Amino acid sequence: MPDAIPADSVGLVTPQTMHFGEPLLLECGRTLKQYDLIYETYGELNASHGNAILICHALSSDHHAAGYHSMDDRKPGWWEACIGPGKPIDTDHFFVVCVNTIGGCQGSTGPNTLNPDTGIPYGPDFPVVTVKDWVNSQARFGSALGIEQWAAVIGGSLGGMQVLQWSIDYPEQLRHAVIIAAAPKLSAQNIAFNEVARQAITSDPDFHQGRFYDYDVVPKRGLMLARMLGHITYLSDDAMRRKFGRELREGKINYGFDVEFQVESYLRHQGESFIGKFDANTYLLMTKALDYFDPARDYNDDLSTALTHAKARFLVISFASDWRFSPGRSREIVKALLDCAHDVSYAAVESHEGHDAFLLPIPYYLDVFQAYMSDVKKEISP
Amino acid sequence: MSLRTDLQIISEWIKPGSRVLDLGCGDGTLLHYLQETKQTTGYGLEIDDENIVACIKANINVIQTDIDAGLSEFEADSFDYVMMTQTLQAVHYPEKVLNEMMRTGHEGIITFPNFGHWKSRAQLGFGGYMPVTRTLPDEWYNTRNIHLCTLRDFERLCSKNNIKILQRTVVDHAHRSYLGMRLFPHLLGEIAIYRFQRK
Repeated sequence: MPDAIPADSVGLVTPQTMHFGEPLLLECGRTLKQYDLIYETYGELNASHGNAILICHALSSDHHAAGYHSMDDRKPGWWEACIGPGKPIDTDHFFVVCVNTIGGCQGSTGPNTLNPDTGIPYGPDFPVVTVKDWVNSQARFGSALGIEQWAAVIGGSLGGMQVLQWSIDYPEQLRHAVIIAAAPKLSAQNIAFNEVARQAITSDPDFHQGRFYDYDVVPKRGLMLARMLGHITYLSDDAMRRKFGRELREGKINYGFDVEFQVESYLRHQGESFIGKFDANTYLLMTKALDYFDPARDYNDDLSTALTHAKARFLVISFASDWRFSPGRSREIVKALLDCAHDVSYAAVESHEGHDAFLLPIPYYLDVFQAYMSDVKKEISP
Repeated sequence: MSLRTDLQIISEWIKPGSRVLDLGCGDGTLLHYLQETKQTTGYGLEIDDENIVACIKANINVIQTDIDAGLSEFEADSFDYVMMTQTLQAVHYPEKVLNEMMRTGHEGIITFPNFGHWKSRAQLGFGGYMPVTRTLPDEWYNTRNIHLCTLRDFERLCSKNNIKILQRTVVDHAHRSYLGMRLFPHLLGEIAIYRFQRK
């Protein structure tokens, strides 16, 4: 809980919800007849509507990107490091929008919301949504806000993948694309980790084929294991060594199976605190969206062809110790952009923090981001 | 805008509207100048964090990478000019870089400090120690310049690799040129500037 809101924070924010009555045709062939999107905005939309920035969120985050919901909040939004007055995504100049993806569990229509056809939560009946579906829904959402062209669409990890998809599917509707710690598609290893996470959830006896809401239970063990596994992939070996080493909670070995090493304690804490915050069905959907993401698939598996008609300027950023989406994966995106002779800059940030680095205030990262966004700022007409 | 004379000379060599690649582009001064005056497009490659930030601030497309790792991300003949100013002497594999320049670009432009300048020769020849000059200000033990060469060395490397030199000029440490230097470039030129292409 902040004693006082820091001067470089957007402060207290309130989410809003927008209802869409027009059906949304999904990539899987099914249709969402109607849906809600929950979102937050920071800063003011200017007269020309040219200062709007869309933030795309990652797997387990949501529309609450910055600021606090109340003075009782323990932590600010997930990208407080980069969004706020004077920060790279400067809310004194930009109108910043972050929307919870469809299939999410924080207020946008998803498995934990009521299916109007049945009157009970969608649960496992919720259609499998893809990055492309999200981008379509976001484009429609932008139009509803009166935004014809985003000054920039920005995201890290799965958020960065949405940005890439945006640049391909709606080339006229964004001037800048900022893709951080992302990949043009998952590797077999990435999919393998996702599959283990899904197995952990679906094999939990409390999962009830996704109908756990009816039983008033949550597949706690599965969700916790999925989150613990996720966290291992978010941190680097080095970061874990620095944070925990082989430190023992009680200073001695107990020859038992309770939590002994600090790293075990950390993972269990991360897992447990996730249970109350995240929906198991959404976790399954998000990991599937990741697995399926491959914008080159529609273009003979050639990312350069996919990006031929992109019009945005690009900034791509990677982090040295990120082994989930390593710098090499970012360079695949850069290579495709170079093939197309598109405007692109690429920064390779040295960091020990692993994949999570994109959320952290690393000085060089913030400098690059700030420098780029100040160029974006200069182009804005009042 | 004032610009170092070597950069000025290079910009005079470059045709308007060209696509250029600048290897070791530093803070982006040359690329920025070429964009403004010659409407060029293209990229800078740079390894240093501070320079990357400076380039991005100057609205230059810059890719953070190690030139020694090669230019494999660039297809053959992607650029009208591939340039490398004051960097040749600091790369690990000058010959490889030179050939990569010729693969990715139609023409190459290189500048480097001339190790055959009379002061270098005098320091090594008479003093018996590694030269420390205005263009090579570091001691042998703390310099990043690991592949120093003379005009003749560079021209031999070009000839070995079937590279034709189109233009050569030399300037002094302040990037000025004068008659004596033009008459005795090997001895009096402090910085060499070359434009070349495949034979």
